[in-house]
Amino acid sequence: MNLTKDPLNLIIAGVGGQGNVMASQLVGRALVRENYYVTIGDTYGASQRGGAVMSHLRISRDSQFSPLIPEGQADIIVALEPVEALRVIARYGNPSTSAVINSRPIYPTAVTVGDAEYPSLDKIRATINELARKSWFVDATEIALSLGSPIFTNIIMVGALAGTGLLPLGRRSFEDVIQESFPGAHLEVNLKAFAQGMDLVKA
Amino acid sequence: MSVIKKDAPGSNELLMGNEAIARGALEAGVQFAAAYPGNPSSEIIGTLSQVAKDMGIYVEWSVNEKVALEAAASASFAGLRSMSAMKQNGVNVASDFILNLNLSGVGTGGLVLVAADDPAALSSTNEEDSRFISKLGDLPLLEPATFQEAKDMAKYAFELSESINSLVILRSVSRISHAKGNVLLGELPREKKTARYDTSKIFIPVAAPLRHLALHLKLKKVQEMYETSSFNWYVGPEKPELLMVTSGSGWFYSQEAVRTLDLQDRVGILKVGTTWPLPAKLLAKHMANTRRVLFVEEVDPFLENNVKELAAEWSPEIGSWNFYGKGSGHVNPFGEINPDLIINALSKAMDKPYAPREANYGKKALEMTKSLVPNRDLGFCAGCPHRATFWAIKNALKLDGRGGFVTGDIGCYSIGLGPAGYFQLKTMHAMGSGTGLATGFGQLKPFGFDQPVLSVCGDSTFFHAAIPALINGVYNQSNFVMVVLDNSATAMTGFQPHAGTGETATGSPAPVVDIEKLCASLGVRVETCDPFDLQDTTDKVLDLVSQEGGVRVLISRRKCALVKAKEEKATYKVRVDPEKCVGEACGCARICTRIFKCPGLIWDKEKGKSRIDEVICTGCGVCADICPQSAIIREENK
Repeated sequence: MNLTKDPLNLIIAGVGGQGNVMASQLVGRALVRENYYVTIGDTYGASQRGGAVMSHLRISRDSQFSPLIPEGQADIIVALEPVEALRVIARYGNPSTSAVINSRPIYPTAVTVGDAEYPSLDKIRATINELARKSWFVDATEIALSLGSPIFTNIIMVGALAGTGLLPLGRRSFEDVIQESFPGAHLEVNLKAFAQGMDLVKA
Repeated sequence: MSVIKKDAPGSNELLMGNEAIARGALEAGVQFAAAYPGNPSSEIIGTLSQVAKDMGIYVEWSVNEKVALEAAASASFAGLRSMSAMKQNGVNVASDFILNLNLSGVGTGGLVLVAADDPAALSSTNEEDSRFISKLGDLPLLEPATFQEAKDMAKYAFELSESINSLVILRSVSRISHAKGNVLLGELPREKKTARYDTSKIFIPVAAPLRHLALHLKLKKVQEMYETSSFNWYVGPEKPELLMVTSGSGWFYSQEAVRTLDLQDRVGILKVGTTWPLPAKLLAKHMANTRRVLFVEEVDPFLENNVKELAAEWSPEIGSWNFYGKGSGHVNPFGEINPDLIINALSKAMDKPYAPREANYGKKALEMTKSLVPNRDLGFCAGCPHRATFWAIKNALKLDGRGGFVTGDIGCYSIGLGPAGYFQLKTMHAMGSGTGLATGFGQLKPFGFDQPVLSVCGDSTFFHAAIPALINGVYNQSNFVMVVLDNSATAMTGFQPHAGTGETATGSPAPVVDIEKLCASLGVRVETCDPFDLQDTTDKVLDLVSQEGGVRVLISRRKCALVKAKEEKATYKVRVDPEKCVGEACGCARICTRIFKCPGLIWDKEKGKSRIDEVICTGCGVCADICPQSAIIREENK
């Protein structure tokens, strides 16, 4: 499989604690196994405590890129939280950007306190549809809860990303790294989470 | 299995910069590693600690950075390759030792210090460029620009250290240390060295000025080696219209800027990996080919100003240049650099216009999203004991009514300076500074000062640097309350064990240094509390601040919620009873969501009532105690 563009730029966005580092690591390792150059820039540090976080992935056949994607250069956005999709597309989007978005909000404290409004899902959907070439909204958190814990949300979203076919990776490549990453008792449920995520987008 | 110890030379792996540095150290045969955690350096020694037992090396989390480097130096004196890694603030803590160790020299085992800087202070209180310690201490400096180089340079740093008997500094930044990229693994050594101190040797900087001179001669030797180093390279035309001189994270950005602006035929890049002492001949050779130079580096103009100093010497022979960079305003002299900033700097210097995306789209994207994207303030995690402690402190100081305030320190609880901690922290500086400042405030009574002062510090910070301040307060009979926020973790940096956790870096059992007994041994009044018992904690804080004179200690003890979530299931199932929650009609002014601000509690605008977000709530049950209607119900999980 080939890259549609070189470098291909992917952003995985979310809120600290949602597991975007784990998601970016899985995707990155699957690509390195296929001999791509991959650079990942994760948000570390204080923002992990409830802040907006991003992982930038730069994927190339011929060279290593910086861990930061320039403005307007995201090809694919995976958002573990809907407002984070807006935050990211505002700065990194372009008319060719595709987006896969988990529809479950995590309310910022400014919203619970009453200092800020959280937009309706309809409004978010309409805005993304206007700005992205193609988008998929999926109920990843609900599926994660049905699998027993919200912590599976990130793996479900990796599955959804796999389902879009936007990365030069087959299902097997993802499953291999999941196999490596989750030994023992956790493997089965993670494979299931990945498969259900994939079905969300294929369906 | 950890990739770090994979015995597969040539294997292509995705490694974090910090893991690459750790792997390089393993390939060099490091046998001793010691550090105090601090981002962005933590995963270097953290990674080594995970493989230490299998690899037969010694790894420790030390009490602070100075002690860490001293411990590592002793292994070097005894002939073993050893290392320490620290963030920029750690370099400051260790600097007194560094600036004697440079003169004493190291032992027959190479000694490497990794200094990891945090441009833009992504997880720091300060922003700083620690490369200056190299110039200050006449110590060789290496700056990796890629993940592969992070590994290769780490390995080389040990060889260099041994060849000149000097400490070598490997300087990284967040976007190398915490980013991930491809690394081809090298060979792991099979042999281990035996440790022995040669008693004919001394490591004392006697005759300091002479040793200082000798150090300068060592640096001359290093400079010669650096002239031909493979860590320096040039790409571009023979006679570039403009030469970019870059180091570290600047290499990728420079490369991207040249490609993006399609200037490969007109602009060259000299990437320098050996940035102190500078390879002067190499620089002169490349700079003779151009009249325009753009410097790209993070954070301060270190490379830029040092090259300019050399250029001043060359100019009678080679001529003069137009310099662009931090001095000219083309590159920001603070914060991070990134591809956009460097593309724009090059675009300006070469007068070649750049638009990141179609202008109409950019405008539309920003306008459409502007009012839809609320900020996310940093906050304490759901179930965090710090929120409860700050709640109690806030209420106790209000009840006391004398204008009491809190001096802060470094850790997750630093977030207490903002809305999450009800704006309680009024000062924050170095590790242990909260208590140091409190000892001074506590002496101001003769000058009319009558406000209660509380210092807060975490358990790991207590061991790191707060103990001397506490003792200072006891000895000088200061007047303040020290609150130790004991969550049994070095939580902010990734839950590393410390002297109070009963576990070593490599997972073996360790004696627990008992904070309570240690404080009691100083003769001060010591109280303990569980912050989740809000009433008791508030009462104790109030009682302690009411007592005048002397140092008093409160240990607010409760395990970090993130650690707890990994180890055990939630204590309570929490819900809001919609019958009892009367919302805005209550008169509580939405104390749970608006004032207490736990992210696990959300405000259901349509129904006008509070609600628990079951995805976020960790079941600590503290909020049940703050609801005046008892509408928040906690039921024990069975």
